[in-house]
Amino acid sequence: MVSPSPNTLHTAYDSKIEGNVIVTRVDAAINWMRKNSLWPMPMGLACCAIELMATASSRFDISRFGMEVMRFSPRQADVLIVSGTVTYKMALVVKRIWDQMPEPKWCVAMGACASSGGMYRSYAVLQGIDSLIPVDVYISGCPPRPEALIEGLMQLQKKIEGEESTMAQKKVFFEDRS
Amino acid sequence: MAAADDVKQLREGFGAKILETVEFRGEQTLRVELGALHDVLAKCRKELGYEMILDISSLDHFGDDPRFEMVYELATVNDSKHLRVKAMVGEEESVPTATDIWPGADWHEREVYDMMGIRFSGHPNLKRILMWEGYPFYPLRKDFPLAGRPTEMPDLPSTGVAPLEGGPFVTCAGGEDTVRREPRARVQD
Repeated sequence: MVSPSPNTLHTAYDSKIEGNVIVTRVDAAINWMRKNSLWPMPMGLACCAIELMATASSRFDISRFGMEVMRFSPRQADVLIVSGTVTYKMALVVKRIWDQMPEPKWCVAMGACASSGGMYRSYAVLQGIDSLIPVDVYISGCPPRPEALIEGLMQLQKKIEGEESTMAQKKVFFEDRS
Repeated sequence: MAAADDVKQLREGFGAKILETVEFRGEQTLRVELGALHDVLAKCRKELGYEMILDISSLDHFGDDPRFEMVYELATVNDSKHLRVKAMVGEEESVPTATDIWPGADWHEREVYDMMGIRFSGHPNLKRILMWEGYPFYPLRKDFPLAGRPTEMPDLPSTGVAPLEGGPFVTCAGGEDTVRREPRARVQD
C-alpha cells in the first residue's frame, strides 16, 4: 500500500521539474554569466600596472568577482584594462590588441594617464585612450588604489547587467523567430 | 689624476684640433674640432683605455652658429677615469659615428638623431628609436613646443597639440615663496 505523497496536494506544482527551472530573460541570464567571469587583458604600461597586480593578488583578490583569469592573449580576454601611460608609439599596439579581442568586449581606462594623458601633457603621449578605443569605465587616481580598480570593475559589472547586447547582436535571429 | 694625464697626452697628440680643455671639480672636459672627433674618440678607446661609452647626448644652442653640440661621456670599466668630449656641430653637418669604436654607441646615436635631428655618417641603422617611424619633427630642439605639433599618424586620427592648461610642473622664476614659484597650474600667456 502506497501512502499518498504530500506533493499530490499541490497538483499544479511539480517540485522535481519546476524547482530546477528559473524563468528569466535571455539577456539577463547571459549578462549574469558574462559579468561574473570577466577575463581581463592586463595592458600594463606604467605604475598603474603595479596596482593592477596588487588587485589580482591575495590581499585584494579580484577572484572574488570572477576576474582573476588574467589572459595575456587578447583573443581570450573580455575586458581590456589599460593601466598606464599610452604613448603615441604604444597607441597602435593598444589599438591592435583591442581589435584582436573578440566581442563582447569592454575597456577600462585605469588611472589619470589612460583616461586623459594625466600629467604627461606632451608631444609623446596620447591624451586619453578614448580618442583611440571606446572606454566603458574611467578610474581616477594616479595610480588608483586597488579598491578603486575593484570599484571600477564593479561599475562595469553593473553596466553589463543593464546591457541588451544579445538583443542587439542577434537581432536578425530574434526577428526570424517572432 | 689619471684623466688629467690623458688630457695632456691628447693635447700633445692633436695640438690645435683640441680647442679647449676644462677641469671642473676633477671632471675633465675636452672640446675638439668636429673633424678630429672620431680620431680623438678612437685614441681614447684604443690607447687610453676608455672601454665604455656611458652616454652620448647633444645640446641645442638655438640661435648660435654652429647650432648643436655633441657630448660624449667616456669611462673606464673599473670606473677610475672619466672623460667628457664635446664637439660643436652645424645644422647641415653630420657627425662621424662612434659605433665602430664602441658598439654601444648605436642606440645613443639613434636617440640623438631621433630627438635632435643630428645625422651620423657611417651609422649602420640610423632610424628613430623613441618616436614612431615617419614622425616629421625633432622634439628636443629648442624651437619645438612641449605640447607638440599636429601630425598625421597612420591608423590614428591625428596627434594633436596636448592641452597644457597651465601645465603641471610649471615654475615661475622670482616668486616670493614656494607657492608662488611653483603653482599647481598657471594661466598661459
